Amino acid sequence: MTDASYQPQTFEAEASLGDYFALLKPRVMSLVVFTALVGLLAAPISVHPVIAFASILFVAIGAGASGALNMWWDADIDAVMKRTAKRPIPAGKVTPDEAKVLGVALSGMSVMMLALSANLLAAGLLAFTIFFYAVVYSMWLKRSTPQNIVIGGAAGAFPPVIGWVIATGSMSIEAWLMFALIFMWTPPHFWALALFMKSDYDDAGVPMLTVTHGRKSTRVHILAYTVLLFALAVGTAFTSIGGPVYLTVAVVLNLLFLKGAFDIWRRNEVQAEADGYAVEKSFFKLSLLYLFLHFGAILVEAMLPAAWGIWA
Amino acid sequence: MSIKAEHEIHQRRKGRNVGVGLMLAAFVVLVLALTFVKITGGAFELPRIEETQ
Repeated sequence: MTDASYQPQTFEAEASLGDYFALLKPRVMSLVVFTALVGLLAAPISVHPVIAFASILFVAIGAGASGALNMWWDADIDAVMKRTAKRPIPAGKVTPDEAKVLGVALSGMSVMMLALSANLLAAGLLAFTIFFYAVVYSMWLKRSTPQNIVIGGAAGAFPPVIGWVIATGSMSIEAWLMFALIFMWTPPHFWALALFMKSDYDDAGVPMLTVTHGRKSTRVHILAYTVLLFALAVGTAFTSIGGPVYLTVAVVLNLLFLKGAFDIWRRNEVQAEADGYAVEKSFFKLSLLYLFLHFGAILVEAMLPAAWGIWA
Repeated sequence: MSIKAEHEIHQRRKGRNVGVGLMLAAFVVLVLALTFVKITGGAFELPRIEETQ
């Protein structure tokens, strides 16, 4: 090597390990790990801790892989939106090709390893989840329909089902109730975000409901989904994964969530702009707590002895 | 003019290589632990050797 080969531009652009890790969307991964773990522990069959640890790790890697593929495909949108402009590709730290290769490699590895550590059905579900998020949501729905969040939300709802299947090798109504909980929670969560990050989606040309159907319609949709979510979340208390702890948590949180959605529905844009979207922002924060506490309650119920009267 | 042997990029690259190395080592340990748990678990059966005539 000679001095002539020295290329400062290339050196400056070289990514660190942390940049590659950021491609995997660590915050989404942490939610996937938590919900998959709850699904696994709520299942009626116990799993060896080493197998459980490895399987959840492979699910997390699969989720990360789909995140990398999403960042590869959506790099043009991410560069326009303030919320995502600092992601590794728009920031110039990682090339789109690197993200694609990382995503494909980790997808294959995670699915194969989950098949070996758990079972083929769990691996098949993980493969479908990655496909759904990277292809159905990112490549197709996100840019073509205002229902992108509704249908795409299914990708985020699969992890507890995968956790359940890791333990039992089969699917049941309880696993699909956990799926439905996340599926119904996703639209009000993201639409609240779209209400107060309004210029982001407009600038990027993503057909969010706020852009295609207007902001009043989005407020109505948030309330409608929250009402349906109320029935679903409270109803889950009377299944084998529910119980008195879960019921208490569900009733309190759903009343708060319903009140938040009602307040959002009552407001108009003038009121919202006047207080800097305070209600929409607090609803969004509550939605994060909502999901965490519901799955936390399912976890508590799974840990408690099954001697709870009607729930026994 | 002397060429500086250690550029900031070398440190960054080293950090990345060490990180990848540690992850690979952890992966090997995990596969080893998984194999041990699988073959010592009750459900594991050695493949039968077919009798040939």
